[in-house]
Amino acid sequence: MCTVCGCSTGETRVEGKEPSHEHHHDHSHTHDHHHHDHDYSHAHSPEPQTMFKPLVGNHHYGLGPARVHAPGLSQTRMVQIEQDILGKNNSYAQQNRRWLAEQGIFALNLVSSPGSGKTSLLVRTLTDLKDEMRLAVIEGDQETAQDADRIRATGCPAIQINTGKGCHLDAHMVGHALESLQPQAASILFIENVGNLVCPAAFDLGEAHKVAILSVTEGEDKPIKYPDMFHAANLLLLNKIDLLPYLQFDVEKCIEYARRVNPSIQILQVSATTGEGMQQWYQWLRMNQQMRLLGRPSTQVKAELGA
Amino acid sequence: MHEMSLAEGVLQILETESAKQGFSQVKTIWLEIGALAGVEVSALEFAFDVVRRGTLAGNAQLVIIHLPAQAWCLSCGQIVEIRQRYDACPICGGYQLQVSSGDEMRIKELEVE
Repeated sequence: MCTVCGCSTGETRVEGKEPSHEHHHDHSHTHDHHHHDHDYSHAHSPEPQTMFKPLVGNHHYGLGPARVHAPGLSQTRMVQIEQDILGKNNSYAQQNRRWLAEQGIFALNLVSSPGSGKTSLLVRTLTDLKDEMRLAVIEGDQETAQDADRIRATGCPAIQINTGKGCHLDAHMVGHALESLQPQAASILFIENVGNLVCPAAFDLGEAHKVAILSVTEGEDKPIKYPDMFHAANLLLLNKIDLLPYLQFDVEKCIEYARRVNPSIQILQVSATTGEGMQQWYQWLRMNQQMRLLGRPSTQVKAELGA
Repeated sequence: MHEMSLAEGVLQILETESAKQGFSQVKTIWLEIGALAGVEVSALEFAFDVVRRGTLAGNAQLVIIHLPAQAWCLSCGQIVEIRQRYDACPICGGYQLQVSSGDEMRIKELEVE
C-alpha cells in the first residue's frame, strides 16, 4: 500500500482497474501526488546535522537541532504532534461527506459478517424501491465483481471495489468510486462494505449512518462479541427472521446485547426472503432521505427528483 | 488485519511531519491507544516492524501508551472505568453507560534527529 495517499499499489481495484492518479475529482478532493515505489534512498533528507562542531578553540554543544546539550543525551529533540492515526482517512471521509451533502445524497455504510444476507437484502430493497427513488450502490469485496453484477441486474447503477488483500473499504477508495459512479443528486447511496465485523468499524467513509446487518443464523451474542461494530452502527437490521422457527435464536437477548454496547441503536426485524418487516426499513430510508433534503430549495428538490 | 493500514498511517504521518519539521530520523514514537480503539497492539507492533523498513523510522522504537476507557453512568451519575463496551457499571451494575473516552489512536510525540 502506498504510504502517502493510502492507495494499495497493485491490490485495490475499482471495476478491475487500478485507481488512476491522473484524475480530477469533481468533489474538491485534493490528493497529494507523489511517486509510488520509491526506495526512500534518494535525497529528500537534508544533510545530517552535525551534532558537535569542533571549531578551532571552541567546543560548541549547542548546534544540534535541540540547541542544548545534556550529558549522556544525543542531540535529538522531541516533537509533540498529537495526530490521529486515522486522520488522513478521516479527512478523505469529510470530503466525501461534504460532497454527498452538497448533492443531497443519503449514504449508508452496510456492515456485517460474510453470509448475513447483505447483498440479498440490498437486491430486494433496490427492486422494491427503484421506481420510487434514485438509488446507487458501491460494492466492496476482496475479489470478484459478482455482487455488482447482481446489483446491476436490478437496473440500479453499481460499481465494484475489490480490496485485494484489504479487509475493509476506506474513504479514499470510496472517493474514487464516487468519481466513477457519479450518483445522481438526491439519491440514496448504499455502500456495501467487505463482510467483516471488525475492521470496517474504524474507517469512516463519509456515510450518514452505518447500518449493521445480523442474521438470526449467526448467534444472538454477536453484538457483544464484536462490540465496536455494533457501537458504531445507528441501525441494526436483524435479517432472516423467517428462519426463527427452526433456530435456537433468542431475539430478546440479542436486542438486549445490542443495547448494552449501543443504548441508542435502532433495531428492525426483517426477512429479505419473505419481505416481512421490509416496509419498516423502507420507511426508515424514506424518512432519512426526506430529512437530508430538508432545507434544500424546493424547486431544486423537484428538479432533482424529476417531479 | 487493519493494523497494517494503521501502521502505514503512522508512517505516513511521520513522513509528512519530517518534511514540515525538518528531521530525517525518528528514534522513538509514543502512541496512545485507548482500551476501546479496537487495536491489537501486538499486531500493530508486528505490522509497524514490517512497514518501517528502509524508511526514516527504520530504527525507531515504538512505545505504546495504553489509555483506559471511561464512561459516564446515567443511573448513578459517576464517571467509571470500563474495559469493554458491554461492561456494566462497576458501582450500580446498570448498562446505561455513555462511553466518554477509550477510542484514542494517536501519535502523541516523537523523538527525532
